[in-house]
Amino acid sequence: MKKFKRKNPHTALGKRIKRVKRSSGLFIAPSFLGVMTFFVIPFMVIIYYAMVDNPISREFVFLDNFKNIIGNAAFRTAVSNTVKFAAMSVPLAVVLSLLLAILLESKIPFKSQFRTFFLTPMMVPVASVVLIWQVLFHYNGVANDMLAMFGGGPIDWFKSYLGRVVLTILFLWKNLGYNMILFMAALSSIPKDILEVARMESASALQTFFHIKIRYLSSTILFVTIMSLINSFKVFREIYLLTGDYPVDSIYMLQTFMNNTFQRLDYQKLSSAAVLMSIAMVIIIGLLFIVENYFGKDVEG
Amino acid sequence: MSKPKKPLQPWEEELVKVRKAAKRRRTWSLTKRGFGTLFAAFFAILFLMPIVLTITNSFMSSSEISSNYGMVFATTSSGGKVYISEKVNLKFIPDMVSFSQYVTVLFKSPEYLLKFWNSVILVGPIVVFQLTVATLASYGFARYRGKIREIIFFLYIILMLMPYQVTLVPNYLVSDWLNILDTRWAIWLPGIFSPFAVFLLTKFMRRIPVSLVEAAQIDGAGEWQIFAKVCFPLCKGAIASAAILVFIDYWNMVEQPLILLADAEMHPLSVFLSKINAGEIGLAFAVATIYMVPGLLVFLYGEEYLVDGITYQGGVKG
Repeated sequence: MKKFKRKNPHTALGKRIKRVKRSSGLFIAPSFLGVMTFFVIPFMVIIYYAMVDNPISREFVFLDNFKNIIGNAAFRTAVSNTVKFAAMSVPLAVVLSLLLAILLESKIPFKSQFRTFFLTPMMVPVASVVLIWQVLFHYNGVANDMLAMFGGGPIDWFKSYLGRVVLTILFLWKNLGYNMILFMAALSSIPKDILEVARMESASALQTFFHIKIRYLSSTILFVTIMSLINSFKVFREIYLLTGDYPVDSIYMLQTFMNNTFQRLDYQKLSSAAVLMSIAMVIIIGLLFIVENYFGKDVEG
Repeated sequence: MSKPKKPLQPWEEELVKVRKAAKRRRTWSLTKRGFGTLFAAFFAILFLMPIVLTITNSFMSSSEISSNYGMVFATTSSGGKVYISEKVNLKFIPDMVSFSQYVTVLFKSPEYLLKFWNSVILVGPIVVFQLTVATLASYGFARYRGKIREIIFFLYIILMLMPYQVTLVPNYLVSDWLNILDTRWAIWLPGIFSPFAVFLLTKFMRRIPVSLVEAAQIDGAGEWQIFAKVCFPLCKGAIASAAILVFIDYWNMVEQPLILLADAEMHPLSVFLSKINAGEIGLAFAVATIYMVPGLLVFLYGEEYLVDGITYQGGVKG
């Protein structure tokens, strides 16, 4: 009896698992091959390109290209603008969307309509609303008319240091709805009994929020931050469609830099910039994960 | 002399206090609701205004457009002598509703429709095939979680988090090797294998109870049958969600065609719209409206799927 049990099922089970492993692995194959061909393998080549002096002679120069690009003034401007833009727009996107989510979780009428309205900008292509942005933020545009009503002088929005502020507004317009949905889902998944206990202990709304809800939201805050960061790179669409290849300095972003480098096809510059950017992204996202782990670990499970 | 007021019993005092507090709370909560609604309405107007303006402006005749906005567009692009007003004149409602812009776009100048068609032909195959590839792959990722697969999946997540400006460099390189630069394949292939939908669908598939799969297995179903008869039907909603998210991202594409398609003839409308010159500015609103229609239609019929899709992404449900 014992012998039988030990002998047969084990090998049979082992075989079955192996079969499942192999045949379900086949399902991944097309996607995996595609990802390897179009993303991973060329990326390896790019790391290699970033370390040789040019694609023809291929002399190994290790970090020289990186040094060159870090010394490049345009690249430095681009990096600093991108960082400044992200530092301004990402926290705003997180906080404002959380506020909207809380607003829609509270007892107000027409909730589902409001949700629809907040989400609509996400579904509208940038190219379609660019016209209206131009009308609003042109030198002779509506925003300046309103400023004039309060006695402010006209500002050439896209050509001044305020370009970044305008871009932040456009970015928020497009992304708040998406973030809000993420927060709404997270808010509704907080266990009701805990909130009940808090109410019975007569905790104020603010206390409940900061001591309970934030804890449960921490993983969502992380996710929203990461998504906002990624979407903040897509603001290139607005920049390009509104101002073309060479925007004013304050909104000359890394994306614009990359786009222009592509026009000249400088492989060394491109690949070292891409490698640096990906390293920076991995580090930032890794740091965010560590921070979230630190704050959110006590509510796991 | 008035009769001295009878002192309240302690329990009565308590009752009065409680009632007062309740009333205060009720007024407070009503005020809060009122302010909340106002606040939400304010935001809703801000969010909808640009869209509504674009749509209503598309019904203006071209002379009305140029007298309202000629100023703005005359300075941003060259060519086209139009009457230019001193100030921008933002109007919600056209003086006279006119369909002339639409007539011109749809029947008289085929270039816009051509660009619209470019968008369709670039985005359609990406949505269909990215989801096909991703549904298969996500089954593989969800069915068995070994070490290698976890590593591959992690790689997918990292790729998904990279901005286009990073992934475009490898894409460009491969397109160059395969000699498909400046053809639609250069947009299609990286789009089809983009890991986004895999990530989303795997998150969903992993929530399918193992018992369902095991039951099918005991009944003698092979992997393909388990996939096609059990998992796929359960995933239809998630696939719709992913399709909407993929569609809207690619419908909006600007980065890829700029770099991978040198031939402006093949550019989608999303890139072309910004290059409309001043003389045709009246048309631009109509074209912009036409361009947002597919997105809005998808939204109208698939809002729930969209919301679900975003929620799966957040992983709160999975």
